[in-house]
Parts: sequence; C-alpha cells; structure tokens
Amino acid sequence: MPQAILSLKNINKSFGPIDVLHDINLEVRAGEVLCLLGDNGAGKSTVIRLLSGVHKPTSGVMAMDGKPVSFANPREAADHGIATVHQFGGTFPLMSVGRSFFVGREPTKWVGPFKVYDRKLANDTAVKAVQSFGITRIDDGDRLVGGLSGGERQALAIARAVHFGARVLILDEPTAALGVKQASHVLRIVNEAKRRGLAVIFITHQVMHAMAVGDHFAVLIRGAIAADFRKGEKSREEITDLMAGGEQMAELEAEIESYMAAGEGHPEPAKHVH
Amino acid sequence: MQSSFSPGAMLRRPEAGAFLGLLAVMIFFGIFGGLTFLQPAGMASWMNVASNLGVIAIPVGLLMIAGELDISVGAMVPFGAMTVAVISGHYGLPIWFGIAAALSFGVLIGLINGYMVIRTAVPSLIVTLGTLFAVQGVVLGLTVLITKSTSVALSTEGAAKTIFGDFFFGGQVQVMVLWWLAITAAYIFFVHFSRFGNWIFAMGGDKVSARNAGIPTERMTILLFVLSSTSAAFVGMCQAILYNSAQVAGGQSFIFNAIISVVVGGVLLTGGFGSIVGIFFGTITFAIVNQGIYYTDFDRNWSSLIIGILLLVAVLMNNTFRKMALSYSPRKMGVK
Repeated sequence: MPQAILSLKNINKSFGPIDVLHDINLEVRAGEVLCLLGDNGAGKSTVIRLLSGVHKPTSGVMAMDGKPVSFANPREAADHGIATVHQFGGTFPLMSVGRSFFVGREPTKWVGPFKVYDRKLANDTAVKAVQSFGITRIDDGDRLVGGLSGGERQALAIARAVHFGARVLILDEPTAALGVKQASHVLRIVNEAKRRGLAVIFITHQVMHAMAVGDHFAVLIRGAIAADFRKGEKSREEITDLMAGGEQMAELEAEIESYMAAGEGHPEPAKHVH
Repeated sequence: MQSSFSPGAMLRRPEAGAFLGLLAVMIFFGIFGGLTFLQPAGMASWMNVASNLGVIAIPVGLLMIAGELDISVGAMVPFGAMTVAVISGHYGLPIWFGIAAALSFGVLIGLINGYMVIRTAVPSLIVTLGTLFAVQGVVLGLTVLITKSTSVALSTEGAAKTIFGDFFFGGQVQVMVLWWLAITAAYIFFVHFSRFGNWIFAMGGDKVSARNAGIPTERMTILLFVLSSTSAAFVGMCQAILYNSAQVAGGQSFIFNAIISVVVGGVLLTGGFGSIVGIFFGTITFAIVNQGIYYTDFDRNWSSLIIGILLLVAVLMNNTFRKMALSYSPRKMGVK
C-alpha cells in the first residue's frame, strides 16, 4: 500500500480543561476518499481545524509523506497542499467568478508602465477549471459568485483548490445545505478529484453521501474514533447506528475487544489492516 | 472593465444607482433652478464642495468596502489645518515644515486607528469615534495653549500657495479640484486595475477567507486607515492655505457627508461591493444638492430634506441593482 500523504498519530487536543479529541489515528492516501462521520459536536470541526492549521494538537504527531509537520497558521497548511473547502464554499458572494477564483494570487500583465489585473486570463482560467469538473453552466467569469447555486459554489472552490496545487482536499459538510440534485453534483466532483489523485477528507453526517464516494470511513464519537473501516465492511444501518453514539458505543468496544482477543485483524481501531 | 456595453450590464455595476441619482438630481435642479449649476460659476461652486469632500470620501469608501469605517476624518480636517497654521503661521516656520507636519500627523493617526482595529476586536466605528474625540481635544487644547486663540492666521506665498491653496479659472475654481480629479484617477487604477483592489473587496466579503487566501489583511487595513486620515489632514491643510486661516472647529460635517457620498455611490455598508466611479458620482450628486438649492427659489433649509430622501432612494435602488447583479446569468444562446 502506498505511503499516506497525511497522517495523524495519537493526536489529542484539549482547550484548557476540556478534552476535545482523544487519541486520534487517521491516514489518507492519494486517490482515496476518507469519510469522517460523526454527529454534531463529535469533534469533526476540531479535526478539520488541526489539519488546516487553525489549531495545533496538544500532543501527537501530524505527518505529511511520513515526515512530521506542524502548521503555525492556515497559510502554512495551504503551502503544504492542504486545502479546506467549507460548507458555503468560502467564497465571496459579491465578487466575480474570475476574481474570487484568483483572490490573493491575481494574475497581472503589463499595460505600458502599469501592472494590471489580467481579467480575461483570470476569467478564462476559472471557467475552464470549473468546467473541467463537469459544471458547464458556469461559462461567464464575470458572473457574481453569489448568483451561483450551492453546488456550483462548491465546484468553484474545489476547482480553485485543485488549480493551485492542493494534494489534500478537506471538504467540510459540502452537501449539508444542498438539495438532492445539487448534492449529487458535488459527489461527482469529489469522485473527479479522487480520480485526479487527490487525497480527499470528506466530512459529513449524511451516511448515504459518504457511502457514495468513500473508500475508507472513520466514525467520531465524543472526540474519539469509534470505528475505522473500509468500503463494504459495514452496512448503512450499522454506520447510522454507530453515529447515533451512546449505547452502540459500548457494544462496539466489546466487539473490538473480542476481535483483539481472538487476534483476527483489527489490533486497534485505527491501524488498518486488510 | 466590461467587455460589452449594454443597458443591462450598466445597471449591474455598483455605480449604476449613483449615476441615475446624479441624473435625477440634475433634472430636478434643471427644472427648478434653470441650468445655472452647469454654467461656469455654478459649476465652480459645486465642484469646490465636491473636490474637498471627494478626496476624503474615496478612502472612507475604500474602508467601507473593506468592512471598516473611519469617522475620525471629522477631526483630522481641523487637525491638518491647525497644524500647518500653528507651525507656519504662529511660529512662522517655512510652509513646507507645516505641510510635512500636517501630513505626518495624518499618517500617525491612521496608524493608531489601524493598529487598534487589528489588535482589538473593537469595531472600527467605536475606535475611530474615540480618536475623533481625542484628536478634537488635542487640537482645541494645544491650539489654545500655544496661541491663546481658537483661530490662527496663516499667509502663504509662492509654490505652496499655487499647488495647495489657490484659485484658478478666473479665481473661482479651487486647485483642490485638480487634486481630486488626479487622486480619483489614481484610485481607479489602484482599486479596479491593480491586484490590490481585489484584496480590498475580498477583505470586505469575508475577512477570514481573505486571510487564508494569503492576503495581508492587517497591513491592508492599516494602509487604508492611513489613507483616510492622511487625506483628511491634507484637505484641512489645503483649506488653511487657501483661506489664510485655520479654526479649531469645523470638519464634523465631513463625517456624514463622506458617508452619504459613499453610500449614494453604491458602496455596500457591510463591505465587499462598490466602485470608485460610484463614489465619484455620489460625491458630485451630494455637492449639487448641497449647492444647487441656492439656484432655486426654495429656502436652503430644504436641502437636508432632499439629501435625506436622496440617500434613502439611492440605497433602495442600489439594493435592487445588486440583486440584479447577483441573479444575473448569461442567456443560454449568448455568444461568449
């Protein structure tokens, strides 16, 4: 199995006296979609903030390509190729498609003695990048982002991340606010990103959406990984039960312990063995 | 900026409301006051008002586009005027010392405003309300302490007078009009054609995303505050040179007048949307209402009513145009 692009080993995170994450072990490889499932408040957002450089882990090791890394700020995470796309696309509603695509990295050209923003290049590049993800309805780079549908905004944000060389794509609840059709567009884009060799971390609480694209699943309950399994190893009902937490959690722990006692795979939840 | 010109495309631009507002005001005063305001003497009167206001309104508008507000400009105008008058009038030092000091104080107060806004979570309205009063206090206190008066005379000759505070075109048009036109052109380039303009819009759209995209949001915020307070000090300094005296009071009207010009000009109060050309039109509209009333038979007390209605209509119109811009998508058969 190829080396993981991004891995978390025994990560703990606490804010003052409050422990938010306990002993998180996760890894994601190129061309693979890791689905991080969990109910609200399970700690998904904290995991995202660790990965995207907003917070630092209290203990444990975060590694890229096997080498330990530490991000001082989101910019450093981005420089390492980690891109985060938030629920609403994280884009600027009153900016044009071209301008928001290139925000902070605007292309310029010389016009006489003046270095000016190259609107045509920005618009053409942005439109082409979004269309390559199958969103052909965006064909005018001057359109305002706020006029796009939720799915189109996600597509724009993902296309932007890929265009600027992201290797790990973190999608934070990309389908939560979308209708069925829009959500299926976004899932298709996730598959396209995977096909292009990106490592995708897909955060959701919608089991159906996770199952449609995921290769590898981790369920977070109260800040700990309650289950870690690969595609086809669990049914939708089982996953939903898992996410629901509480009673099932005890059952699961007993199950894992019996596995370990029997020594047939799953020595501990996170280290995955086929 | 627009690849093709059509009425629809025009209406979707931020300055659409400002342009229509300007037309409406011109028609209104054309009917009730004749075309006096378009004749040289009439034009000079509103252009003088617009130029002094416009030099301040544009940086105030940029701050609004970036999601901030600066009301301390109201104190920076008398501060700039008094600095040059005390240094070069009261103490009789060379005028260039006074000019340099006035502009330096503008930069200093801008740095203080900007630094306080980025270091504290206090809204910039409150921060600059604080500096507004603090600077007013400094101006009044120091002036009375040094000169035992609230009005200081200043006489300027030579190049400084010609460049900063003179009349031309038959002694009616202030040299500030030329400054205003040149500065507006520079801002149009900076905001709409250079890459930095994009940063300002991004900051007003979503500051966190802008920072994550690598935009130096803190440095830009400080720069914008420095621009606005230095511009206000510049206007005050030029007025002192023009009128040969400076008063500790005055300048307060610039606060609301600048905000009105900016909002009539199509800038969204919550940031992220607007244009320099819009602010330019908004300033002219305000100045024509402010001065045009003198050419009608109306009592001038009615001008505030007109400005109030104008502001409300402009905001409603700008909201409509912004919605049009948002919901716009090209026709299916459109040629690319």
